[in-house]
Amino acid sequence: MVTCKQFLQELNDYLDPNVDAEIKGHLAAHVNQCPNCFVIVDTTLKTLQVYKGMQPQAIPEGVESRLWKAIERKMADRPKS
Amino acid sequence: MQRFEIRFLRPQFGAGVAAQNRARQQADSFDYRCYIEWRGFWLTPTPNSVAFDESTLVTRAQAGEQEAFATLVREYSRKIYRVAKNITQNDEDAEDVLQETFLKAYEHLPGFQGNSKFYTWIVRIAVNESLMKLRKRKGNRFVSLDEPIETGEEEVKREIAVWEDNPEQRYSHEEMQTILDEAVDGLKPDFRTVFTLRDIEELSTEDTAEALGISVPAVKSRLLRARLALRERLTRQFKRKGEDLLGYL
Repeated sequence: MVTCKQFLQELNDYLDPNVDAEIKGHLAAHVNQCPNCFVIVDTTLKTLQVYKGMQPQAIPEGVESRLWKAIERKMADRPKS
Repeated sequence: MQRFEIRFLRPQFGAGVAAQNRARQQADSFDYRCYIEWRGFWLTPTPNSVAFDESTLVTRAQAGEQEAFATLVREYSRKIYRVAKNITQNDEDAEDVLQETFLKAYEHLPGFQGNSKFYTWIVRIAVNESLMKLRKRKGNRFVSLDEPIETGEEEVKREIAVWEDNPEQRYSHEEMQTILDEAVDGLKPDFRTVFTLRDIEELSTEDTAEALGISVPAVKSRLLRARLALRERLTRQFKRKGEDLLGYL
C-alpha cells in the first residue's frame, strides 16, 4: 500500500500525462482512498493551471525600444546579406 | 468594400526592423481585434495562430538575413523577459539579461549547430545571464545549480484545503499576476528557475535539464518541490472560507 509520503514523491508522475496509466495505477488507488492526497492533487493541478493561463506581459515600452536599438547597433556591425 | 478575414498578417521581410516593430506594437495596441485595409481587403491580425517555422528563420538568420533574426526576437522577447524577471526578480537585471541574451545569440548565431531548439538555446543564455546577475547581487552567496540540494523531507506540515471556485474570476488580472509573482518570488532560485522553465515556459524535462546543465532527476526533484511549495502558498490565498484544516503527512 502506498503511503502519503510515497505518493507525494511520485506526484509528478501521477500528474504527467505521458506516464503510462499502468504505472499510475497504484498511485490512483491511493488518491481514491485518501482525501488529503486527493485535495493535494486537485490544488496542485489548479496551481499549474493558473500559472499556465497567465500570458507573458508586454515588455515595458522603454525596455523594448532599448532592446531594438541595441540589436540594430549590433546588426550595423555586421554587413547585411 | 469587400470584407475578408484572415488569421494573421505579418509585416513583410525587408520592411526594416523598426517598421516591423512598429507594426507589431500597433497590432498589440489594438489587442488583435483591429482590421487593416490592404488592397481592398480588411485583414485582422491574430499572431498567436500562425505556424512559426523556427528552424527556417534560424537558417535564414544564420545566412545573414537580419529580418529573420528580428522575427525570432519578436517571437521570443516576451518569454525571455519573463524568464529573466522570474529568476532575477529585478527589473534592471531583467532588462540587461534580455539585451545580453539576444546580442549574444546574434553574435554566436553562425556557430549555432541546431542540436537543440533555438528557443532552448537562448533560454540557456538567458538563464546563465540571470544567474550571473543573481550571484553579483547576492555577493556570490547564491547556491550553484550544480550543487546537490536537500530533497529529503521528514514530517512536513501541509495545508490541506479545498480552493474556492474559479479564483481567477475573483481577482483582477493585475491582482492575480501579483499573487502568482509573489508566490514564485518566494521560492529558492534553484526551484523557481526549474519551475519557470518547465511549468511556465513549458520546456520538456530534458530541455530544461539541458538548458540548466543539470540532470533529469535533478529537474524532476526540484520541480516537485517547487510545485508543492507554490501549491501551499496559493492554497493560503485561495482556500475556501472555513476550509482551514491542516494536514500532517
